[in-house]
Amino acid sequence: MEKRHDKKQGHSRRSVLVGSLSGLSSIWLATHWPGILAAQEHAHALAKSGRPATLGFFSPDQAAEIEAMAAQIIPTDDTAGAREAGTIYFIDRALTTFDQEKQAAYTQGLKDLRAKTHELFPSANKFSELNSAQQVQVLTAIEKTAFFGQVRSHTIIGFFANPEYGGNQEKIGWNLIGFEDKFAWEPPFGHYDRQNKQS
Amino acid sequence: MKKFSAATQVDFVIIGSGGAGGAVAKELSTSGFEVVVLEQGPRLEDRDFKHDELNIRNTPALVNDHALQPNTFRKTAQEKAQLASAISYGRCVGGGTVHYTGSQWRFHEIDFIERSRWGNIEGTGFADWPITYAELEPYYVKAEYEFGVSGVSGASPFDPPRSKPYPLPALPIKSAGALFDRGCKKLELHPVPVPSAILSQPYQGRKACNHCGFCEWYGCEQGAKSSSLSSVIPAAEKTGRCEVRTGSYVREISVDKSGRVSGVIYFDSRKQEVFQKAKAVVLCANGSESPRLLLLSRSNLFPDGLANSSGLVGKYLMLGGTASASGIFDEPLNEFKSVMATRAIEDFYDSNAKRGFYGGGRIDGRWGFMGPIGYALGGLPPDAPLWGTGYKNFVKENFNRTMTCQSYLTSLPLESNNITLDPDVKDAWGLPAMRVTYRDHPDGMKVKQYSLERSLEILEAAGAKKKWGNPVRETTTGAHLMGTCRMGNDPKTSVVDKFNRAHDVPNLFIVDGSSFVTSGRNHPTCTIEALAFRAAENMAKAAKSGSFKSSV
Repeated sequence: MEKRHDKKQGHSRRSVLVGSLSGLSSIWLATHWPGILAAQEHAHALAKSGRPATLGFFSPDQAAEIEAMAAQIIPTDDTAGAREAGTIYFIDRALTTFDQEKQAAYTQGLKDLRAKTHELFPSANKFSELNSAQQVQVLTAIEKTAFFGQVRSHTIIGFFANPEYGGNQEKIGWNLIGFEDKFAWEPPFGHYDRQNKQS
Repeated sequence: MKKFSAATQVDFVIIGSGGAGGAVAKELSTSGFEVVVLEQGPRLEDRDFKHDELNIRNTPALVNDHALQPNTFRKTAQEKAQLASAISYGRCVGGGTVHYTGSQWRFHEIDFIERSRWGNIEGTGFADWPITYAELEPYYVKAEYEFGVSGVSGASPFDPPRSKPYPLPALPIKSAGALFDRGCKKLELHPVPVPSAILSQPYQGRKACNHCGFCEWYGCEQGAKSSSLSSVIPAAEKTGRCEVRTGSYVREISVDKSGRVSGVIYFDSRKQEVFQKAKAVVLCANGSESPRLLLLSRSNLFPDGLANSSGLVGKYLMLGGTASASGIFDEPLNEFKSVMATRAIEDFYDSNAKRGFYGGGRIDGRWGFMGPIGYALGGLPPDAPLWGTGYKNFVKENFNRTMTCQSYLTSLPLESNNITLDPDVKDAWGLPAMRVTYRDHPDGMKVKQYSLERSLEILEAAGAKKKWGNPVRETTTGAHLMGTCRMGNDPKTSVVDKFNRAHDVPNLFIVDGSSFVTSGRNHPTCTIEALAFRAAENMAKAAKSGSFKSSV
């Protein structure tokens, strides 16, 4: 698939929403957010084109590596994880739309991942071909790096964003945590206000 | 909608369409004046407001865009300011009232007379307001009725007197509110329903809240949030005397030879300069952009910026203080539904000499997150796993079981905290960028810590099985923008008079958070809107009496 480039690429519309809009700063901004999301004007429309059939940025080999990382960040166990939710498609699309500026970091990060894999397991060349315990060992060795932080953030964002962005397919992320997208509710909303009403 | 030509000398140009600009537009247009409202952002309609957490995080859809309008930040004047996303404000018709939480508290009597009560605080610009609560009270009523506020009158023993009840009953309590209520009552505190600029019932042709849960940071898809966009702006337009002109970024308030305002120069959406003639100008661009625009409006008559003979334009910036603590409970709260906050206390509102520092504030019980992404990235305690099965299980178990106690606190007026023009950085229109210099007064840090400790006690009393405080930090960002064109009777020590009229320029009014003398300890919106109605009523009187005849 042809890579899509927005003409305004050089004009990054980074918007770090200021936390103290309601005083959320300490919760929200403290560690995770700054620098993670950048957006471009047309990203939303581009990203809304349904489940992608192909990859726009990653080669199949690269996609397998990133998908294996995502599957360790939000694993598949008795419930579905990042793999089943299609989070790799979210990340791929982010890198061809609103996070194009992060392409180079991914390219370099994948090289570093390969080097770390080879360092810890000299007979292995690919992270995705390691067994799960070995993968955890590699990721533990790089979990403080900016690259790991980026893949983690992208994985989590994709897993919990609206399904139309491709990374929360069949609402797997939302179903896991009990978020319902009904967008219209009536009280009682939860256990404790119900209890309040009854007492 | 009425359209005016730029060459037509309209009665008033209003810069900004938020809580203040909207109220002024409504009051002046219904009083028979022709007004043009210049808004730099777009006009969004209810249908534009989606339940899309990624998009609202990702794009500056409702707020200022720091890529186009950079800020620089430094803690003290000795430092070189660096690029930073310091100031956030609404940038669309309705301004910040479109995406705000809707916390619609009045200030209390004590908020206007702090200097008299506590005396001088060394090194600060601590002062009384030139008006009292009693003078503003009728306009609080007006703001509550014009915008639409839900609440319970007299619920709080700390509430200031009110001449009229809230127009609408309180919104239903949520689980975070119920837990907050429980914890506070155990501690013999006085939890009350949060007065909210969100309709609990249909009101003036608008729909009631449907509890969609996408409220704070989002626009309301059915106009139930009492923004300027859903209330006073349409009412102003209905008079046939109000034009709201979007995509209009003002770069100068112009003066004639006599030193009176003659109009404004703005860039339209194609970056073409337009001069709009006006008999008077009302600056409602918020507590950061209003002083910036005055400083940009330099002329031979006003070499230090317009209305700045006191030298105080931009100074005494107050951003309010915050603190927060979160807790986890056994049963589902489902806080992703409905509005953000439903219960609060004002027990620690006033200062108390026994604490050994100045300050106080309000604490509310709320979810505290923007949606699933916000929770999964930023809602976990510091000792929770960051990835893997442990992380996944933590999010799964606790997304619906977490709540936050959020504080809104005093910040002292310091001359060294201010808005100035950055000497190097420019915005996308080539204008000097906003430079923010800000460092909390030591008492501001102490009140944060104090409120954090009270929040943890409330969570404990409510039965949290796990609780943690977010370490207090010095303020480096702000969205409650106050103090930069302070109000006062003495032109040497204030920028505007008690009716928000610039001391130096008889046909210029500055109406927004910038006129606050002290920060109060509650969200500023209700007070901004009340001041705006009061100021506009006085502008109408002054205009009718010919006290600021048009410039030649």
